[in-house]
Amino acid sequence: MKEFVVKAIDNGTVIDHIPSENVFNVIKILNLDTFDNQILFGTNLESKKLGLKGIIKMKNKYFEKDEINKIALFAPKATLIKIKDYQIIEKTTVTPPEKIEAIVKCFNPNCITNTENITTKFTVIDKVQVKLLCHYCEKITDKENFIISK
Amino acid sequence: MSLKSRSLVSINDFTKEEQLQVLELAQSFEKNPVQDILKEKVVATLFFEPSTRTRLSFESAVSRLGGKIIGVSDVTSSSLQKGESFRDTIKTISNYSDLIVIRHPKEGSARFASEVSSVPVINAGDGANQHPTQTLLDLFTINQTQGKLDELNVAFVGDLKYGRTVHSLVMALCNFSCTFHFVSPVELKLPDSVKFHIKERKQKYFEYTKIEDVIKKVDILYMTRIQKERFSDPIEYEKIKNSYVLKNDMLEDTKENLRILHPMPRVNEISEDVDDSIKAYYFQQAMNGVYVRQALMSLILGVK
Ligand SMILES: [Zn+2]
Repeated sequence: MKEFVVKAIDNGTVIDHIPSENVFNVIKILNLDTFDNQILFGTNLESKKLGLKGIIKMKNKYFEKDEINKIALFAPKATLIKIKDYQIIEKTTVTPPEKIEAIVKCFNPNCITNTENITTKFTVIDKVQVKLLCHYCEKITDKENFIISK
Repeated sequence: MSLKSRSLVSINDFTKEEQLQVLELAQSFEKNPVQDILKEKVVATLFFEPSTRTRLSFESAVSRLGGKIIGVSDVTSSSLQKGESFRDTIKTISNYSDLIVIRHPKEGSARFASEVSSVPVINAGDGANQHPTQTLLDLFTINQTQGKLDELNVAFVGDLKYGRTVHSLVMALCNFSCTFHFVSPVELKLPDSVKFHIKERKQKYFEYTKIEDVIKKVDILYMTRIQKERFSDPIEYEKIKNSYVLKNDMLEDTKENLRILHPMPRVNEISEDVDDSIKAYYFQQAMNGVYVRQALMSLILGVK
């Protein structure tokens, strides 16, 4: 029998295979810091796929595709598992969206979005490496330079 | 698509056909630069950093067409910006004018201005990003000197890494199947992103470190300045600086139709003894800026 390091939930969503160091970033961009149901999470768990992984379990929470896809910036290989009555009813992966708004900052210090109060906008020009082209300054922000913009 | 009420922020905002439409109209202004067609129009020139040359070129273009200019040559030192956001400044100015010409040190500023302004915006330079009217005047000049824009051998010399004029012109010329020759010190080579664009458009390019390697086979020699500050090691700069200076004797045995261009101002990368050569074309090139800007503004304001 499988032993759960992070306790199972009866109903809700599990996000698995998050790179360990990005668990808190995923929590932030999904606004889970203000979520009022139970959230369980673990970091530095062993994974065949990632070495060390993180996992987040949210009780009674289900996501729309658009809402969840933005986590692909920080967890491109994440698995999304829908749970009902302790049973897995759906397992999907995330795909980076075509456009990203407001989530990350433009890394270019000379970009107008970093001095004026402007919502950042990017086109995802590389979904594998996750490279973002800034709509304003036309410079590319790589995933190594992602900083959450709130 | 009509250019009426359109903004021009990046050269790619206009299709090849739209760019050609501007160049074609510019030819008529070259023949007849004084026309009373902007009489009812007000153009705001907002220069958040000084660039006298570009500003005067725009203002000359408007004046010769009978339009009015409201302008601030250095917004940061005026009272305009005290505590006011950039957004509010642009919104306010767009109520006073039919068209805004903006230069701003922050990259992306012109794009943002075009989104908050109620009138069209022309980017006259946003930091190191774009300066599309320079690209249009370069295209106009190449066409003027060669009678065509395609199948040309075009060399770019100098700082190809940071030179936004070079990047935009290369991108624009990719529409015309030209062969590119890039001459620069290793430290200042063309960025991969631009090379990637050339390859994607299936164009040919070659790289060199000496002007002599390429000067005899090209139709256009586009010179740019190498700035000392770009080198982390000043000794490296001292070693290479003289290799990128064009002198008159280097023009021997070059093609009859070779023309030398430069976005100006030059410092010492073209020696003054080149100026008298029929192949030196950088002063005419600067003059063309007025015609191209006249054409662009007339189309955007819907008077042509
Ligand atoms: Zn940016």
